Amino acid sequence: MSANGGALGPMVHARVHVLTNDGRHVVGTLRGFDQVTNVILEDCAERVYSSESGVEEAPLGVYMIRGDNVALVGPVDEELDAKLDLSGTRALPLKPIKF
Amino acid sequence: MLFYSYFKTLVGKPVTVELKNDLAITGTLVSVDQYLNIKLENTRVADEERYPHMRSVRNCFIRGSVVRYVQIPEGCVDVDILHDATRREARGA
Repeated sequence: MSANGGALGPMVHARVHVLTNDGRHVVGTLRGFDQVTNVILEDCAERVYSSESGVEEAPLGVYMIRGDNVALVGPVDEELDAKLDLSGTRALPLKPIKF
Repeated sequence: MLFYSYFKTLVGKPVTVELKNDLAITGTLVSVDQYLNIKLENTRVADEERYPHMRSVRNCFIRGSVVRYVQIPEGCVDVDILHDATRREARGA
């Protein structure tokens, strides 16, 4: 549907954050999507949060995430992202979505 | 379709969307679609100390299925009109 196409369309080929329903945080290049928010990410990595140590980036390669597991998609602001001190960030992982 | 139409009238207004993982995101409503997927601009997470995950996100797309609440600014809802409209829709008119 065009309404949804307007939603993720402008983000195609950009680096995006994806929060999934199980509380994971994946960053990757958005290569494709459809009307139920299935997304294809290239060069993606999971940002693993922990309260004891800094954020770890685990490389994942190409990922296809089924739409019903997608909670949020947001383009990475490269300027802000470059300034982030990931190794000094201590935070609990996001909670899973609870329906 | 009624709430879709209603949310369309809120485009441009500041709203706070609370997700079903307790993350609350404030921003300007940019668009909404038939699934009530929401796009926000100039986003800010309510409790950034606890949720630093979104610090490099300025605008985002939120899937309608994970939205728990949408907080809307006072005065943006005419309760009487919405009340009438929901009744009319329930009647199937």
